[in-house]
Amino acid sequence: MSLWNKHAIFEKNSIILIIGIIVMISIGGLVEIAPLFYLRSTIEQVKGVRPYTPLELAGRHIYVREGCYNCHSQMVRPLRDEVERYGHYSLAAESMFDKPFQWGSKRTGPDLARVGGKYSDEWQLQHLVNPRTLVPQSIMPGYPFLSKNELDTADIVNHLKANRIGAVPYTDEMIANAAKDLKAQVNPEPGRGRPREALRQGAGPRFRRQPAEDLGSGCADRLSPGSGHDGRFQGLRRQSQLPLRRGAMTETYALLAGIAQQFGVVFFMAIFLGVVAYAIWPKNREKFNSAAEIPLKED
Amino acid sequence: MSIQNGYRSMSANEVAWAIAAVALTLLTLFIASKATDPGYAFHMYVFALAGLASVIVIAKRAAANVPVNPPQEIDGKPNYNMGPVKFATIASVFWGVAGFLVGLIIALQLAYPVLNFDFAWIQFGRLRPLHTSAVIFAFGGNVLLATSFYVVQRTCHARLAGDIAPWFVVLGYNLFIVVAGTGYLLGITQGKEYAEPEWYADLWLTIVWVAYLLVFLVTLWKRKEPHIYVANWFTLAFIVTIAVLHLGNNATIPVSIFSPKSYIVWSGVQDAMFQWWYGHNAVGFFLTAGFLAIMYYFVPKRANRPVYSYRLSIIHFWALIFLYIWAGPHHLHYTALPDWAQTLGMTFSIMLWMPSWGGMINGLMTLSGAWDKLRTDPVLRMLVVSVAFYGMSTFEGPMMSIKAVNSLSHYTDWTVGHVHSGALGWVGFVSFGAIYCLVPWLWNKKGLWSDKLVNWHFWIATLGIVLYISAMWVAGIMQGLMWRAYTSLGFLEYSFIETVDAMHPFYVIRALGGAMFVVGSLIMAFNIYKTIVSGEAEEPAKAARPALVPAE
Repeated sequence: MSLWNKHAIFEKNSIILIIGIIVMISIGGLVEIAPLFYLRSTIEQVKGVRPYTPLELAGRHIYVREGCYNCHSQMVRPLRDEVERYGHYSLAAESMFDKPFQWGSKRTGPDLARVGGKYSDEWQLQHLVNPRTLVPQSIMPGYPFLSKNELDTADIVNHLKANRIGAVPYTDEMIANAAKDLKAQVNPEPGRGRPREALRQGAGPRFRRQPAEDLGSGCADRLSPGSGHDGRFQGLRRQSQLPLRRGAMTETYALLAGIAQQFGVVFFMAIFLGVVAYAIWPKNREKFNSAAEIPLKED
Repeated sequence: MSIQNGYRSMSANEVAWAIAAVALTLLTLFIASKATDPGYAFHMYVFALAGLASVIVIAKRAAANVPVNPPQEIDGKPNYNMGPVKFATIASVFWGVAGFLVGLIIALQLAYPVLNFDFAWIQFGRLRPLHTSAVIFAFGGNVLLATSFYVVQRTCHARLAGDIAPWFVVLGYNLFIVVAGTGYLLGITQGKEYAEPEWYADLWLTIVWVAYLLVFLVTLWKRKEPHIYVANWFTLAFIVTIAVLHLGNNATIPVSIFSPKSYIVWSGVQDAMFQWWYGHNAVGFFLTAGFLAIMYYFVPKRANRPVYSYRLSIIHFWALIFLYIWAGPHHLHYTALPDWAQTLGMTFSIMLWMPSWGGMINGLMTLSGAWDKLRTDPVLRMLVVSVAFYGMSTFEGPMMSIKAVNSLSHYTDWTVGHVHSGALGWVGFVSFGAIYCLVPWLWNKKGLWSDKLVNWHFWIATLGIVLYISAMWVAGIMQGLMWRAYTSLGFLEYSFIETVDAMHPFYVIRALGGAMFVVGSLIMAFNIYKTIVSGEAEEPAKAARPALVPAE
């Protein structure tokens, strides 16, 4: 009875095999996902980011429904050509209320993270109806049917409520006035300017953002210009001499990470060597040979 | 139980299933009456219809006097339950052809946008999820159901557990496919890649998946063999991990029970990490572990020799499942995901190259001493070439996960080409090989109706894949380079639309390659149909199979 026969419990007991599988697949997920929820540096502090207005939420639903994410990203990477082509690289804070995130993974069309304000409303409308009248080489489908669809606003309150359960900070007031705010943003009161300004002037202070001076800059509407952020690059932060926020959670994480880095590698190497040694242990040869014959056995 | 003429009363098992079906019907009819969205109401009627049909089928079963507890063994041989396996096999051929066809349509839409017809249901944004779900979950999923239920019975020498349960798994899974697929066309989607089905479809899949796990597990418990064969380990890892991923990535809050729309509880960067933890392991466990189980059974069986190294398969298994789960962040390089997570994802993706190639070597070397069979057996050739494609795409994948390479390849069609070398070459071919093996075995035929057609399928599809992936390599790398090209004065050289324009010839070549793959699958469907309908039957007294070639 060598030590290596112990592995046989995996081969002969399906429940223990399942537990082994769950342990193995849990480690990677836990290490990569859990810290994102408590490390403060994950989402940098940015002024001016607010939850979507009811109308924006409804519009986002159309973006998701039509599958725009299949061809468009909303994630400008911090690479020279992307920043020059699309604008400032995207920050985690910008999508902190996005359910689901729509960063995308393919650019059949250009990135849309900072397209707001880049083109006129008339251009957007015409482009959606028939992209090729404006951009002859475009391969985007036309969406003329969107102009005929009526927006169903009956249960917009429930949309906001569902978001609030998912930790979007909608206030009771915002939820109570959801339908009203939605309509106000579509149809500003006469003399109150174009629809895009209606939010600030017509809908009350509920969704007021930081005043944006230059809407045509290509910067995200939801980020006020010059709001400043720490950035997610440690190097940048150090250069700018901003005080590093170190909460208790960060300390705990640093401690855990230190232990994991030092002992984790040793531990997993030991397990790996154990599996290898078990597999090549001479005594087990016969057992494995007979196991390998299982598919060839007739009943 | 004694079998008499006429009706028998329903068993407790049947009554329980019938009550569940009636409950489903009533619940969905109630929801349908108050649904806020016509597409959602349609889906509820589909569920109601399925519930009603189940009740009728169960009642008819009792009326036709189908024995409640079929014998576990007949004449000392296991009485295998191959009905659900047959259904899933045919379903996989059907969904395969359908899914490849939708793929061809969207490939043509990219080359000729007029084919979107400006019509909501068939525009690219809705058809693309239909294509990915149809090939991964409908085609791939049915192949996995069929092969896992076949292999677990044959390697355990035991009848599939449960009486109605295996049918519930197979039919319930295909109901999920119908609801998910029609949902995309109607605009019901979560907007998360490869996890588009909305909350109620997810809930249904969860129920089906638990039943799948139980049927599989209980069959393992009934085994006559002390050892659980390695193919079943991979299947078990696939079932368990997909369950965990599915629950994690679909934690949503419905707007209301009468609305198809839901919001995921995670947001932004956390949602992105969850999504690609799910997304990459849908590749790792659905499209890899599940299909490796096929490799570990069908390649040795078809070559008629044991797997090259059972020891290697043990190392392969534990290393693969441990490493794969970490690889997700390589889909998020240079994004707003923290750098430490990106680096972890990259590191583990590169390490993953080792178990992947270990598995490939194990599959290929099983042929050592029997390579001559590739000349005469086109089915074995298909299986072996699939393993070669597996090796190729698992080399390309780790390379693309290196951040410097990824900065060029990400967002381009190179990724699409990479996915298809794995999907068409590995998953597609290993599935075709398994289907070609399974059909004669299941329907007791001497062989396929035509081996020559398999040969045609093989060559047409292989050429199609080569056209597809080489077009996408050139197109993707060109696209990436054009995006970052600068003039000598330091300006971006190309506008975005110029890069779109440059893609056109490659999109046409890709569509041509895809069309060849579709033609291949149609040849297979015809061959399978002919085999089942008019293939030469195996003699009733099963002729002894050729003696095993002794292993050296």
